[in-house]
Amino acid sequence: MLDTRDILETIQMIREENLDIRTVTMGISLFDCVSDDGNRLCDNIYDKITRKAEHLVATGQDIEKKYGIPIVNKRVSVTPISLVAGNMSPDVFLKLAHTLQRAADTVGINFIGGYSALVHKGMTQGDRNLISVIPEALAETQMVCSSVNVATTKAGINMDAIRLMGSTIKRAAALTADRNSIGCAKLVVFANVPEDNPFMAGAFHGVGEPDTVINVGVSGPGVVSSAIARAGDCDLSTLADIIKKTAFKITRVGQLVASEAADRLGVPFGIVDLSLAPTPAVGDSVALILENMGLESCGAHGTTACLAMLNDAVKKGGVMASSHVGGLSGAFIPVSEDAGMITAAKRGALSIEKLEAMTAVCSVGLDMIAVPGDTSEEVICGLIADEISIGVVNTKTTAVRVIPAVGKTVGDEVDFGGLLGTAPIMALRPYSPERFIHRGGRIPAPIHSLKN
Amino acid sequence: MARATVTTMKAVITVTGKDSVGIIAKVATACAEYGANIVDISQSVLSDYFAMIMLADIDSLRVEFSEFVDKLEAMGKENKLDIHTMHEDIFNTMHHI
Repeated sequence: MLDTRDILETIQMIREENLDIRTVTMGISLFDCVSDDGNRLCDNIYDKITRKAEHLVATGQDIEKKYGIPIVNKRVSVTPISLVAGNMSPDVFLKLAHTLQRAADTVGINFIGGYSALVHKGMTQGDRNLISVIPEALAETQMVCSSVNVATTKAGINMDAIRLMGSTIKRAAALTADRNSIGCAKLVVFANVPEDNPFMAGAFHGVGEPDTVINVGVSGPGVVSSAIARAGDCDLSTLADIIKKTAFKITRVGQLVASEAADRLGVPFGIVDLSLAPTPAVGDSVALILENMGLESCGAHGTTACLAMLNDAVKKGGVMASSHVGGLSGAFIPVSEDAGMITAAKRGALSIEKLEAMTAVCSVGLDMIAVPGDTSEEVICGLIADEISIGVVNTKTTAVRVIPAVGKTVGDEVDFGGLLGTAPIMALRPYSPERFIHRGGRIPAPIHSLKN
Repeated sequence: MARATVTTMKAVITVTGKDSVGIIAKVATACAEYGANIVDISQSVLSDYFAMIMLADIDSLRVEFSEFVDKLEAMGKENKLDIHTMHEDIFNTMHHI
């Protein structure tokens, strides 16, 4: 039987604490679209996406109405384009980006991910061709998101790929210089990339996935931080319990929406991603959770410990609430998309080094960080290599989404609008890793990758 | 996943706003018009502020559920009331294992 208190709690979470479903993402395999003719390949891909995702947005809206909970984004992820267009020229790869945008426009989704390549051990010509036009693809489209996996714990780190991504990021920034270098906000460099991630910009439909699948990402930092604030001065075991219970409730809603969307669309349910995804809205912030746990400001000494506990408790609560958990599943700490992180960075409490340490205990990585536009390619490569190493050695996903905002320097800020938010330009170390980066080659896989 | 194991589907209708004559009647009339059978009501008035939670059986609803949600919301707006209608499954899923 329903209890009035339970009803009021749910309604308060949704209306006052920004509880929402961040995304319902449909994964679509493009392997059956392969053709040796570029135009036919584009047509096949457009047809398949628009056919499979035809009812995605309407179904999402209907579920929103039924349960009274906002589903903020409806998205599509596809098989990494480098795998389905391996023999195509860079021109065709660019045309494919426009095809994805056109398909996204037709079905009315918010983002489409999978303009991607997996190059952790080496690159094919197709991978090279795709990466060579990523900057143009991101500049000429609005919803297409790109990701490149440059390392895994099993394969080690492909430093040649990291070097290529350093120049790709710089070029993406330059080509979108008139729009605060927003191209870079749609490009992620990964280690140990998950194949069922519903969140952008890193979503793609992995090779082991079924033809189509529904993955759901929840949100809910506002709900967790309010629950912690209400708990007052309890000890940390009690606090962990409160976070677990809250995460359970949030995830159950994600599971409900995921099963219903999968049923209605006649597509298998894949996973619920447990990540606490913040938004720039006041209160909907992971930094605020850490501050409510007892830090004067996010970035203070103690931040990594708070985040480690938060991340673990969210997983423990969430995992029981869903039949299949996957994707990134951890607290997100993007700077520009989290009002508390922005404030902490602006007041000088949060540095890149602290963020790097935080990424060792949560997903995902150095995310949505704006750095000076005159940062050299090599420094960006060094930043990527450091972050990727944390993922490879700790057998976890890490990623870098960094924006060298053209014409901006420390003290300035860039505004991307919407969920992408506002980023203060953060300082990087001025010393050069050039000789290290120019060595090239691969960093071998760590010894603990040999588990057989 | 485990959905609510009830035999009938219900909607939770919450109504809030400044108190005035006939709020319950208006909501009840709308429910009757669209075929929703009211099974439980909990309401209170706190210093002029009206708050009601209504549970209605929606098995014999004469319109799509989403349309029912819109109609009640619109009726609420006309009467300066905030009316939200949600399927009970969201509450069952969240609060019952």
